[in-house]
Amino acid sequence: MSLPGFYLRRVYSLFRGEVLVLPSRVAVFIFALAVLLLPLFSQDPYLLRILIFTSIFAILAASWDLLSGFTGQMNFGHALFFGVAAYCTALLNLRLDLPPWISIPVGALGAVLAGLIIGIPCLRLRGTYLALTTLAFPIILMGVVFAIPNITGGELGLSGIDRLSNSRLTDYYITSVLMLGLGFLMWKITDSKTGIILHAIREDEVAVRSSGINTTRYKLLAFCLSGFFAGIAGGLYAHIMRTAGPSTLEVALSFQIVIWAVFGGIVSIYGPIAGVFILFPLLEFLRIVPKIRMLLFAFIVLVTLLYMPQGLIPWLRDKIEKECPRCKIRNVATRKTCRICTAELD
Amino acid sequence: MIQNIIINGLINGSIYALLAIGFSLIFGVARIVNIAHTAFYMLAAYFIYVGFHYLGVSPYICMPLSVLAVGLLSIICYKIFIQPIREHEAAVLIATIALAMVIQEALLIAFGGHYLGVPPLVSGYATIAGVKVTYQHLLALSVAVLALFGVWVLLMKTKLGLALRSTAQDREVANLMGINEARVAMITMGISVMMAGIAGAVVVPLFVLDPHMWMHPLIMMLAIVVLGGLGSIKGSFVGAYIMAFAEVLVVFLIPMGAFLKGSVALSIMILVLLIRPEGLFGVAFEEER
Repeated sequence: MSLPGFYLRRVYSLFRGEVLVLPSRVAVFIFALAVLLLPLFSQDPYLLRILIFTSIFAILAASWDLLSGFTGQMNFGHALFFGVAAYCTALLNLRLDLPPWISIPVGALGAVLAGLIIGIPCLRLRGTYLALTTLAFPIILMGVVFAIPNITGGELGLSGIDRLSNSRLTDYYITSVLMLGLGFLMWKITDSKTGIILHAIREDEVAVRSSGINTTRYKLLAFCLSGFFAGIAGGLYAHIMRTAGPSTLEVALSFQIVIWAVFGGIVSIYGPIAGVFILFPLLEFLRIVPKIRMLLFAFIVLVTLLYMPQGLIPWLRDKIEKECPRCKIRNVATRKTCRICTAELD
Repeated sequence: MIQNIIINGLINGSIYALLAIGFSLIFGVARIVNIAHTAFYMLAAYFIYVGFHYLGVSPYICMPLSVLAVGLLSIICYKIFIQPIREHEAAVLIATIALAMVIQEALLIAFGGHYLGVPPLVSGYATIAGVKVTYQHLLALSVAVLALFGVWVLLMKTKLGLALRSTAQDREVANLMGINEARVAMITMGISVMMAGIAGAVVVPLFVLDPHMWMHPLIMMLAIVVLGGLGSIKGSFVGAYIMAFAEVLVVFLIPMGAFLKGSVALSIMILVLLIRPEGLFGVAFEEER
């Protein structure tokens, strides 16, 4: 038996056991393939540009889900992480001439610092209090940005940042591969032991604390992780737009993130990503009716929520999959018995 | 200077109080975070503009009519979009954001992004302690104070007010006592939005109208409500004046203050929350698990 053949068969059996068993995973796999193979069929610069932004915002929405969906720490000011990272990246690139592959991660660390700074006072708050308090932070920072224009560029922002790469196609591959990779990483985090603790904090914080887990530390960890991923999105955005302006801190952006994530379905990581991949191109598509496009957009969101209040993706997922009542493992809807514990599915 | 600060602080404070108390009511009774609250305030202002400029109706008739109209509209929106999904908190939140966007965009389409204005109802000014105060400002202040008093009477002295307060305290027990919780929530929505409408009617002659005018009051209102304690009417009242005076002081005393007014007011809110996480007069809600 040759070694490459062994590994090939190993990969195939993993693929069959982990991906092909569930239609939702097959869908995710097809989606990833489609994203990666798309430039073979069309290299329209406008289409690529839209998809670049879609990927960036998908990272952002997924990072919101990690903090607000999984850990239950409702954050209404997620634009803070995005904006802080965009400004950090821009300043590092302009003042210190650092290339994008250094400035983006370091800028994201700036967002982690922001997550720590706002995380510490916010740890005492919960629910709606937390949501409304976090809303305040980007607005406070925005006031500061306007008040010190010689560092932040004031209303116009910082411009003249280096390109991410030389061609749009490379930009596309960098952002989409990062989106797929970070999305998978976030999904893995939520699936790990830490993720289970985060999930438990959302369900019942008192119970988690009484199990001897330091919830404060885990909530802070969630703030930092989410800030890091959102920060990478912010850094990418700064290098793609080549400007970092106050629009990255706007309340409208914070609200937009929440709309994408809740529309796609929270507590799933892939839900928000799907939400962005549906809503962001939809908004661009609606440019055919420029005057009423935002109105139509808002109406579509309203009506969809009326029929699928849990979000689009969980609604679809529940149509094609069933959860085993005994072991909570998901199964294809056509199965009669659970694939792991052979319990009867209803 | 000092007189200016006091007068402006009082007027802004009263407007904020009207908005924040309405928001607090609907949150306390139905646990709905109504982001569209200030969008209705804007809508009332635009209704008055339309009535005055296009239909030629006297503003005195326009104002109560438009307040009633937004109240009615909000109840319709509540019935169609919010009531069916009330169990899903996140969905309700997005629904209200989307509703606010719909209102903003509808106004943008109808009127464009221009700045519009309605002339003052009364002209002339009085001199109080050496400061010129226009009668319009005094009228605004007195209407706002009267409306606040009206709400206090409604809440404290009527049977409906009793139903509202008991539903806010404990929804399930109120339901067991024979209060129709769903209807109370609907009525509260109407009342709270009508208060926002009154605030809108009051500011029409003072401010310029544009389709983005709901953003700043929204943020201030949310900050006030958190500062005062969610669901607490007294907290919203006190918080509104604290925030308004903080804003006015920053604008008058600090150079570049106009940029920083929001920042300073919100920083005060965060400072208070650091010391008292449930706000100034926070009602301790039962641990919602």
